[in-house]
Amino acid sequence: MDFLRPTTLDEALAVKAQRPDAVPIAGGTDVMVELNFDHRRPGALLDLTRIGELAEWSSSDGQISLGAGVSYTRLIGELGDVLPGLAMAARTVGSPQIRNRGTVGGNLGAASPAGDTHPVLLATGARVELASVRGRRTLAAEDFYTGVKRNALEPDELITAVHLPIATGGEQFAKIGTRNAMVIAVCSFAIVLRDGHAGAAIGSAAPTPRRVAEAERFLLDELPWDAPAPLADSFKRRFAELVAAAATPIDDVRGSAAYRTHALGVLARRTLTWAWDTYRGSARACA
Amino acid sequence: MTTTESTDVTAAQGIGTSPVRPDGTMKVRGEFAYSSDLWHEDMLWGATLRSPHPYAHITGIDISAALALPGVYAVLTHTDVPGVNRYGLEHPDQPVLAEDVVRYQGEPVAIVAADHPETARRAVAKIDVGYEVLEPVTDSEAAVAGEGPELHPGGNVVRHVPIRFGEQDVTADVVVTGRYEVGMQDQAFLGPESGLAVPAEDGGVDLFVATQWLHVDQQQIVAALGLPKDKVRLTLGGVGGAFGGREDLSIQVHACLLALHTGKPVKMVYNREESFYGHVHRHPATLYYEHGADRDGRLVYVRARMYLDGGAYASTTGAVSGNAATLGVGPYSVPNVTIDCWGTYSNNPPCGAMRGFGAVQAAFAYESQMDRLARACGLDPVEVRLRNAMSEGTRLPTGQVVDSAAPVDELLTRLRAMPLPADRSGEPDLRHLPGGVSNTTHGEGVVRGVGYAVGIKNICFSEGFDDYSTARVRLEALGGEPAATVQTAACEVGQGLVTILQQIIRTELGVEQVTTLPMDTSIGSAGSSSASRQSYMTGGAVRAAALEVRAALVEHAARILGHDRGDLSVGGGKVVSRTDGVLADLVDVLGDAAFDRTVEWRHRPTESLDPETGQGNAHVQYGFAAHRAVVDVDTELGLLKVVALDCVQDVGKALNPQAVLGQIQGGSAQGLGLAVMEEIQTEGGVIRNPSFTDYLIPTVLDMPPMRIEVLELADPHAPYGLRGVGEPPTISSTPAIVAAIRAATGLALDRVPVRPEHLTGT
Ligand SMILES: Cc1cc2nc3c(=O)[nH]c(=O)nc-3n(C[C@H](O)[C@H](O)[C@H](O)COP(=O)(O)OP(=O)(O)OC[C@H]3O[C@@H](n4cnc5c(N)ncnc54)[C@H](O)[C@@H]3O)c2cc1C
Repeated sequence: MDFLRPTTLDEALAVKAQRPDAVPIAGGTDVMVELNFDHRRPGALLDLTRIGELAEWSSSDGQISLGAGVSYTRLIGELGDVLPGLAMAARTVGSPQIRNRGTVGGNLGAASPAGDTHPVLLATGARVELASVRGRRTLAAEDFYTGVKRNALEPDELITAVHLPIATGGEQFAKIGTRNAMVIAVCSFAIVLRDGHAGAAIGSAAPTPRRVAEAERFLLDELPWDAPAPLADSFKRRFAELVAAAATPIDDVRGSAAYRTHALGVLARRTLTWAWDTYRGSARACA
Repeated sequence: MTTTESTDVTAAQGIGTSPVRPDGTMKVRGEFAYSSDLWHEDMLWGATLRSPHPYAHITGIDISAALALPGVYAVLTHTDVPGVNRYGLEHPDQPVLAEDVVRYQGEPVAIVAADHPETARRAVAKIDVGYEVLEPVTDSEAAVAGEGPELHPGGNVVRHVPIRFGEQDVTADVVVTGRYEVGMQDQAFLGPESGLAVPAEDGGVDLFVATQWLHVDQQQIVAALGLPKDKVRLTLGGVGGAFGGREDLSIQVHACLLALHTGKPVKMVYNREESFYGHVHRHPATLYYEHGADRDGRLVYVRARMYLDGGAYASTTGAVSGNAATLGVGPYSVPNVTIDCWGTYSNNPPCGAMRGFGAVQAAFAYESQMDRLARACGLDPVEVRLRNAMSEGTRLPTGQVVDSAAPVDELLTRLRAMPLPADRSGEPDLRHLPGGVSNTTHGEGVVRGVGYAVGIKNICFSEGFDDYSTARVRLEALGGEPAATVQTAACEVGQGLVTILQQIIRTELGVEQVTTLPMDTSIGSAGSSSASRQSYMTGGAVRAAALEVRAALVEHAARILGHDRGDLSVGGGKVVSRTDGVLADLVDVLGDAAFDRTVEWRHRPTESLDPETGQGNAHVQYGFAAHRAVVDVDTELGLLKVVALDCVQDVGKALNPQAVLGQIQGGSAQGLGLAVMEEIQTEGGVIRNPSFTDYLIPTVLDMPPMRIEVLELADPHAPYGLRGVGEPPTISSTPAIVAAIRAATGLALDRVPVRPEHLTGT
């Protein structure tokens, strides 16, 4: 197995064009597991950790451009204030060791339905930036996930960054696991509320992470945006029903389908309450 | 030996103190060599082909493609086993390599040695085994009913243990019944099975291996290899945890076979997934209980039927069943008892020893019953336990009268008096809530419950087993200092035995410098590092050997110093006269002399159980612990946070107080795991979660800091009065936590681990 170590993005893209079989490796927290379990035996590994450009983030026009190789630990420490939803998701990933290595780019590359950043990226309306020797393109997150552990990357492409708006309202992420840390999501939920935008998405409850369009529309249409007041229980329950209805979970060793559906409803209710409280607070602060 | 000379209980770093472990710094720094780090010039790597099926006939094995792979030195099957192709701790029923049938998923079928681990794995994949897949047997109760195919000659019941005590047909005013289930727990030790076998010039083999009992391994290996005992020598490798999971053989015979066959050293290391197939687990159990009491909650009778699924091979199923039955009513005084416990064969993964060993399964059921009884009688859960608590002098259901402290009453009273944690208040810290930083609640749906439980465990080997340990102690002057050496075959598995043995010698001989020799089979057996017995047994043997050395030393000193022997003692590196004070430095008295004694030491004999009535003085000592759990339950999501898990335990004498606390914390954590998350899930005999991704064990956010009280009520029959510590805290932890969850939710919860589905009805 070759271990290829480009130091610039151009070099990396050239290598990837020549050797589309080369498997990119960032933090390696998914790749190394696959190698250890003999699930895959690539001809080459393409190490991305020397490419400075991928490990940077920048901010402009209310947007953050987050390099694919920024670790969760840095994301939490450096961007926790401006990307609270993504930071909440990042905090739930693995253990400190895993957060020191793991990256959002790697989460996207793996495209596991249980990946923790996906519901937040979907709910906030993030765009995924891809590059190859042919050029760059960006995709809406919802167009990126194409199947169980499958994504829209072409064989010669790399993920370079994720673009997402700085939080201006309420953002929440919540994840169910049967222990209180270091656990793969049994199911998860993210919600983002800001002026003119209501995003909500589920994880680990369908073949791909998925936006819950009907529930989002319900929020957009029915939330008392102009006179933000506490929400009635009936309102939250309606939202929870719409979220639960969008899930198509399975029974597996981590949990039953019925439990997942039930838990998503509870998470939807609770996170809506918290996100709306934040939104109301920020709306008052602006007034 | 009956020496009664007083010991120097104030010796620096002697018993009762907590000196730094000799291996502690290396372990913390990652420098300790575990058995998976073993290395030998020119060694080969072994790998194992395992059955993918829980039950199948083998129709053929073709090894030619594997043998043809460059780098492969040997591919062996059952026809290459030179001795008896059967081993086992109680019955030799398990093939070293499968013959015409496989009885569990993961059963070894063939082994390979190659010059690279990867080559060995590839060769394994090239072995072609023909299987005729059979319908697996998975139901213990059906096995007892005599249904289904016989997996072994003689049927599918490994052992039936009946207990008939008192009147068998009494009635009572208050009756509570229950059916309980305990899932299959794993020891989840961190260091996978591993070892290195080195062929020797004499045609024998030296095996370095992580195990719990070197001599019982040796005994099984020589039978399989067809070699005399002196040709198979074992040395303990660095052990990364055991908890019972290393009592049975794993790589031992395989590595030796490959080494003898190839004439080269062979190393074997399982990976994590293979480890789940490579060792026995805790018996899953189904238990039916009926408790009868008077209206004041005083027990009139207990009736129980217990089914323990031993899986494909017997392992220690017989002894586990014996424990579950004899300890089946818990630490209570019960006048009339009817118990039937069956340990059975199935095509599930083999089950055997795990911390608590049968007492864990019974405790979940009898403590759940005690809570039910409390409710039925309108009593507080602690009160109902106090009314029935056994004590010294209680006659147990085996007819055995308990002849040392049994402070069940005191444990519970002290536990109840401990302060409860403060209520949640103010801005919640997510880490203190169910779900932790997964951010599932900010307090919504969270209800707190409190639960109590107390348990009993037999310490040391029972039922008439000739339980002994061998120790050698040597005292001499080295480099101008008195120096002691201690040698045993007792396995240090992480519990800290190496520290304790040094402490005992410091106390008995008053020397600071104590060297522990490698643990190997060049000395007699020490018995297993299990049954909470090594401090008692090997501690007892080392003490006895040290006392003999001391007697000889005093004799020698009396002669040299021309003093009356009866007036002399040793301590603090001096020879001391009771009348004249310090007489001489020990090192001078020693001169060139060396005192070297080896002792084989036994605890009081026990009796076997009557096979019809289960009567007999089967156990030598009992250990007791009690827990109070405080649990916050998110009742809508079924997620939990164990807020407090406090414990009171009697240890007779804390030889090393810090190690005692460590055992209580670790044991309690393992009990927490069984209560709320740890289970090997099987379906038709197939393991669904053979990984630490899906076999979850508690993290620091699941296990609360503990409040612990340690009682030291000396057992006059035991060395220093000590009582085995390791197992009791695992036993009561689980039912206390489940009781707390019941208190919070009002649910019946008759199965562990409790899952979110059980709490949310989904
Ligand atoms: C113990 C443990 C616990 C874990 N817990 C969690 C958890 O709680 N939640 C969770 O979501 N995940 C968890 N994971 C999975 C993993 O940590 C995350 O998916 C992480 O985000 C992966 O990032 P990485 O940089 O390590 O990816 P890598 O392993 O380096 O790569 C992952 C995949 O992405 C591809 N890839 C990486 N970077 C790029 C790129 N720039 N362009 C194209 N493809 C790329 C790789 O080829 C590979 O297919 C856990 C893993 C472990 C080992």
